Amino acid sequence: MFSSLKDKVGQVLLPGDEFSFDTEDTISLTTPVKPEKVVCGPGLRRSGTDCRCVKAASCDTKLPTFCTHNTQHQRHYVPVKGETVIGIVTVKSGDIFKVDFGGSEQASLSYLAFEGATKRNRPNVQVGDLVFAQFVVANKDMEPELVCVDSGGRANGMGVFGGGGLLFTVSLGLVRRLLSPQSDLMQDLQKLFPCELVVGMNGRLWVRSSSTQRTLIIANLLQSCETMTAPQRKALFARVAEGTL
Amino acid sequence: MKETPLSNCERDFLLKAIEEKKRLDGRQTYDYRKMKITFGTDYGCCFVDLGKTRVMAQVSCELVVPKESRPNEGIMFFNIELSPMASPAFEQGRQSELSVKLNRQLERCLRNSKCIDTESLCVVSGEKVWQIRVDVHMLNHDGNLMDAASIAAITALCHFRRPDVGIQGDEVTVYSPEERDPIPLSIYHMPISVSFSFFQQGTYLLVDPCEREERVMDGLLMIAMNKHREICSIQSSGGIMLLKEQVMRCSKIASVKVSEITELISKALENDKKARKAGERCGFAESMPQERITALKTYETPVEMTDVSDRANDIVQKAEAPPQMVPSPVVPVPGVGQVGQGLQNTWGLEEGDEEEEEENDSSDEDQEEQVTEMKEKQHEKMEIRGGDVVEISDSEEEEVVILHPEIPDKAPITKSSSHQKGAAALKKRQKK
Repeated sequence: MFSSLKDKVGQVLLPGDEFSFDTEDTISLTTPVKPEKVVCGPGLRRSGTDCRCVKAASCDTKLPTFCTHNTQHQRHYVPVKGETVIGIVTVKSGDIFKVDFGGSEQASLSYLAFEGATKRNRPNVQVGDLVFAQFVVANKDMEPELVCVDSGGRANGMGVFGGGGLLFTVSLGLVRRLLSPQSDLMQDLQKLFPCELVVGMNGRLWVRSSSTQRTLIIANLLQSCETMTAPQRKALFARVAEGTL
Repeated sequence: MKETPLSNCERDFLLKAIEEKKRLDGRQTYDYRKMKITFGTDYGCCFVDLGKTRVMAQVSCELVVPKESRPNEGIMFFNIELSPMASPAFEQGRQSELSVKLNRQLERCLRNSKCIDTESLCVVSGEKVWQIRVDVHMLNHDGNLMDAASIAAITALCHFRRPDVGIQGDEVTVYSPEERDPIPLSIYHMPISVSFSFFQQGTYLLVDPCEREERVMDGLLMIAMNKHREICSIQSSGGIMLLKEQVMRCSKIASVKVSEITELISKALENDKKARKAGERCGFAESMPQERITALKTYETPVEMTDVSDRANDIVQKAEAPPQMVPSPVVPVPGVGQVGQGLQNTWGLEEGDEEEEEENDSSDEDQEEQVTEMKEKQHEKMEIRGGDVVEISDSEEEEVVILHPEIPDKAPITKSSSHQKGAAALKKRQKK
């Protein structure tokens, strides 16, 4: 099965193309056969036994069993339940806040969805503040809803934040690269200089460092990382590290 | 679509950075962004890139009846279009305040300064004159649209060639470009606008503001000047109070910038003229830089094309006329429907999140246990029915979950999404 997958790597697939796996009809009875599992990444949708592409991109196989579409350069975010995003509060009306997260409509955030918030003890949230929240309702039929607590009622890093830092947007692919468990990008960044970084899966990043200059440097570095190969990036980071030290 | 709101933290950071004389992209206070001027295949088509701001101007001409008050002068018509492509804040069709302001500024800058000799546009006095129309389209808005628009407009006018006209007695012949070479317009001078943005009540000044800087600025001063240091137009907006010295200083800065920009424009026009003479391929396709998204991409990406024509023929032959009636329609019970599930996170990164399940999921687990035994029966029934089964939901669900396990034999089989919060039972019924 994997041979057919490997052939497809690098090919451009358009929406509607079938992404079929040629399974062998005969299974050997003598040798032990392990069931092969392939995970479909974003951009592929399953319907019955075949897999169809939904986004136009080139095919990319990461691990042996993980097959994904390269939709790195997309910038428009579609809300997905459970993902944490950075939102900007736009309207404060009665019991809920309206938060803009860069999607097609604004999400609602209840004032009770903060750690330790009660009817008497309201959270201190103003219009224009940044919030780090996760989606509890995110589908195409309903207005998306955010909360700043996890299922146990703890904030877990979420909530209002943002004094003194800089907010900027990058592509969704870069955000995934930053958040992936073994990320070269993150390791390179850690070697540079100490900074606070909040990563929202809607493509928004917030940085704060010891001085304005450093904050601007990190912001520009991250924005330029989108279009650089790994060696170019390492060279650039090394130059910056020498320069500021 | 509404524009992304500006958060308080961005505003504070930008103002603080400006106080420390730092700009977001590392420019100095009086620096312009990288400017690039390219031309299209037609005469009169010009693209201007000012950093990420991108603007296109196109000049065209037409023979019309002149105005009664000015029978021997041609007509100049300017139009700026704010395309929704440029920014989510621009809406198609509506004349927003910004659009009116830009139009007015461009008109004052180019028309009132009399940079074009309109009398040379006259063909037959009182009857036929040339109407020159300049259309400027905003392709990407990253700040300072006015400067980019003025540069594009004047460059396009310099680049434009109008058809040659011959008059013999009463007859007027307009020659096509193949018969006689088209003639350039007669332009006296090139007015170019330079924008200054002010912050903190006029304390700090920045030239060529980018989009973020424009959002936090207090006011804007636009000075249109030509390289002979003649001011063509000044406009101050935002209601800030400016001192005389500040305005004088700005005009000095503007004259320096204008001479640099005029030089750039003349060089670009020269290059284009040379390229056209040499017969080189010039124009839109060639002038687009190879803008690579990522260095890893190769130009030729293989697309599975081998069986495209066969498949297309297949599809055309096999396609039947769409049926008027659906054989076994699925009718939802009046009053119920299914709300979509939404996408699931398919990147496989957050393995930890699977442990943190929402509490409302546990209520569904009870149902699922009862339901698993019913699944096999459901599968049998599905197979029997074969072609009658109609999938109506586009949710990602694999299994069909039955809500009423105590009546397995009865016809109504209901589906439900396993992640629904308690309350309403959403059902779909299928006719056997």
